[in-house]
Amino acid sequence: MSARSAAQRSPAVANEDGRASARQAAASVVDPEIRVITIDQLGILRAVEEDPASGRVTVTITPTYTGCPAMDVIRADIRRALTAAGHPDAEVRTVYSPPWSTDWISEGGRAKLAAAGIAPPAPVRTTGVVSLTLAVRCPQCGSPETEQVSRFGSTACKALWRCRSCSEPFDHLKAL
Amino acid sequence: MNGPFDFTLALADDALIAAQRLAEWTTRAPEMEEDIALANIALDQLGAARLLLSYAGELEGAGRDEDALAYLRDDREFRNALMVELPNDDFAVTMAKLFFLAAYQLPLYTALAGCADERLAAIGAKARKESAYHLDHGALWVKRLGDGTEESHRRMQAAVDQVWPYTHELFAADPAAPVDPATLRPAFDEVVGPVLTEATLTQPDSAWAPAGGRAGVHTEHLAYLLAEMQVLHRAHPGAKW
Repeated sequence: MSARSAAQRSPAVANEDGRASARQAAASVVDPEIRVITIDQLGILRAVEEDPASGRVTVTITPTYTGCPAMDVIRADIRRALTAAGHPDAEVRTVYSPPWSTDWISEGGRAKLAAAGIAPPAPVRTTGVVSLTLAVRCPQCGSPETEQVSRFGSTACKALWRCRSCSEPFDHLKAL
Repeated sequence: MNGPFDFTLALADDALIAAQRLAEWTTRAPEMEEDIALANIALDQLGAARLLLSYAGELEGAGRDEDALAYLRDDREFRNALMVELPNDDFAVTMAKLFFLAAYQLPLYTALAGCADERLAAIGAKARKESAYHLDHGALWVKRLGDGTEESHRRMQAAVDQVWPYTHELFAADPAAPVDPATLRPAFDEVVGPVLTEATLTQPDSAWAPAGGRAGVHTEHLAYLLAEMQVLHRAHPGAKW
């Protein structure tokens, strides 16, 4: 592609490039409350579409929790990232269905969380019952000897845990 | 109640008023973890309230958005059940209200998730996951206090006795609604009974069932709550920050 100017490209290829660049820009936005992970890795970025005629980009996101206070910042950050990538005409839509699940966090995202000292969530059980007895490994020392201090933590999506082996407190992203 | 608007508004007001009451605990809870927990639950309720209020405004079709419905109605226009407007009182009373509300909202939102109205179904599917955590948290405290010291047991039992009569209004029959609240009572009893037993508490056997909230006839407590909740918006209409 670098050898060809934009004028030489067929419209279809140009559209594809535009969509890919918009997608890349939106996907690079980090979560404002957990800044080690992008909104794409967190699974809240649902779609990025570009209207071929107008170049208008529509980004679809979904909140982790209904009352997530970070949504306004995320919308602003997406628009800023798209403008910087050459897509000033952008709309951010918010959808609530299907509801977000921690199962949508990517493998890369889980690794980033763990590296930042946040224990990633276990897979969600489908029985509809919230299980609180699953062992959560300490992100610092890896010990399964941990205990929950409080099921509600510094953000809506996290619980507060403590390691009985190394005594470190840590955040755990609750399975939802 | 008669239409989807009234039903949606009733659910929205339950969540909104519960959120406002829970938020009163912020900086005042007995321990820091609990302070954060109650604020988190309040935030969940507020999130559900905003979605429900926005949808109610659309159903009404009179141009009222979530803010107009939350900030510019007087107490007689609110449709929440009386239970959520009751004062927080001591911590045990707050936990009794939290536990009973979650034991009602979880089966309610679960049923909504499968109802024919797509918007309500989406809200239900989202909110029920959060309600499961609220229920767990309320049940944990009811057991901890009920099966705790002599004093904590006395106060938890008093709280259950005090709040119990107000639970009946939550299940008033409304066969025309997307989900008839009367159908949720068995699921509520199934959850509440065993928790009270484990907490060594006695389930009240009271026939007194105060009601009126769904028709806009409230206790004196709601107007004071609204005065605090609405003062800024009424003094500075359209204020944003």
